[in-house]
Amino acid sequence: MNLEIKAKVLDEKGIKRTLQRISHEILEKNQDVGTLAIVGIRTRGAYLAERIAENIQQIEGKEVPVGALDITLYRDDLTEVSEQPVIRSTEIEFDLNGKQIILVDDVLYTGRTVRCALDELIDFGRPANIRLAVLIDRGHREFPIRPDYVGKNIPTAKQESVEVRLKETDDAEEVNVLA
Amino acid sequence: MSKKNAMKWTRKHLLGIEELSVEEVNLILDQAANFKEVLSRPIPKVPALRGKTIVNLFCEASTRTRSSFELAAKRLSADTLSIAASSSSFVKGETLRDTAQNIEAMKIDMIIMRHSCSGAPWFLSKHVDAAIINAGDGSHEHPTQALLDTFTIKEKLGKIKGLNVSIIGDIAHSRVARSNIWALTKLGANVTVCGPKTLIPAQIEKMGVKVTYNIAGAIKGADVLNVLRIQMERQKKALFPSIREYTKIFGINTERLNKYAKNDIVIMHPGPINRGVELSQDVADGEYSVILEQVTNGVAVRMAVLFLLNHTKQSSGVK
Repeated sequence: MNLEIKAKVLDEKGIKRTLQRISHEILEKNQDVGTLAIVGIRTRGAYLAERIAENIQQIEGKEVPVGALDITLYRDDLTEVSEQPVIRSTEIEFDLNGKQIILVDDVLYTGRTVRCALDELIDFGRPANIRLAVLIDRGHREFPIRPDYVGKNIPTAKQESVEVRLKETDDAEEVNVLA
Repeated sequence: MSKKNAMKWTRKHLLGIEELSVEEVNLILDQAANFKEVLSRPIPKVPALRGKTIVNLFCEASTRTRSSFELAAKRLSADTLSIAASSSSFVKGETLRDTAQNIEAMKIDMIIMRHSCSGAPWFLSKHVDAAIINAGDGSHEHPTQALLDTFTIKEKLGKIKGLNVSIIGDIAHSRVARSNIWALTKLGANVTVCGPKTLIPAQIEKMGVKVTYNIAGAIKGADVLNVLRIQMERQKKALFPSIREYTKIFGINTERLNKYAKNDIVIMHPGPINRGVELSQDVADGEYSVILEQVTNGVAVRMAVLFLLNHTKQSSGVK
């Protein structure tokens, strides 16, 4: 299945501005920066989480703890996936108890990944609350999950695909809809 | 890390290290590091193998390996069942094959087995559909021990390639030695074996190792000493004159280490230790010893193995 780019929805500048807005929104709703912590879902959510934490540091002058979550071991389709799942590292090096967690992912689609991440997070402790921030919400939810901070809503058809490319992994900064 | 160099695991069983490629060994070691992190979590358990049933079929005594496998399975949320030969139908004369096929009829997914006969896991893998993991077969192989040993070395010293590793003791009867030699030479270490002549197999050099009968020679220049257990039960065959003499000539003690060893030498032992025989008390508990870290790493390595094998079994479409 070779998909071609149907539309470029965000470029480098667009991604930067979007993340900056999300960072401001997070601060607006969480006055107590001291209890904030950002956790990104691997692979690309983890990089976005680092960028949001950097933004917050620049705006508030305070460092917030950042973590990365690999949700593979919590997937509900482990018995169905055909390719060998590769476990990547999970790095939560701060105490989650009582923290206000901002969970970050690149694309929100069915909501299944977020379900895994929630299950995994609460195995690390009992945060005060968990909010969800995503760069792209493309719809088609299969679980009762909604984002608290959205970069861009992009209506898509199910057979389409959303491609997020970031410098850290892809030598590019853009979001495309593929069809 | 990236998807490009992600290597695929396609084996259904883990029977030995000999048959594995360098990439396969490295894949297990890389994955094990991430499973080790799971063990440090407040709730050290993940749902990855929920609904899977794993049987520990141990036809030989074991504490470490059996409990390590059992914990690894439980940390992955699999159900486990332990069968010890002494309390099973083996004593009524049931064959290994019948026992395994009967267990399998109860719908299980994997069998972890230890047996005193070399090759028993190979035999079983031909007759059952479950994935077989060799937890030690006779004096042949003990693959997960070699994996956890190499994992521990890599964790301590950052690499395997180019390191000098000396394996000391009863090489002839040791499955740990054989699996370690396969793993270490595949990964590019320089391996030396050392022990009394009667306990070094003829032509062991063909496995790519050096042989020395001189303990000083084995310690000098070594980055790692893997000290094997002197198997007292085999002493009946009188392969060396006495335990006392063995300790005197081949025992690892502080005095010998001070005289010959590098400053940052790593001392390993697969357990159980005969304190005061192959290892002196102070070395076993000393600053160079990583013996308990080996045990911790064993659980992580076995989790990685169970996870990888479980996936092949599913995607191969068999039952």
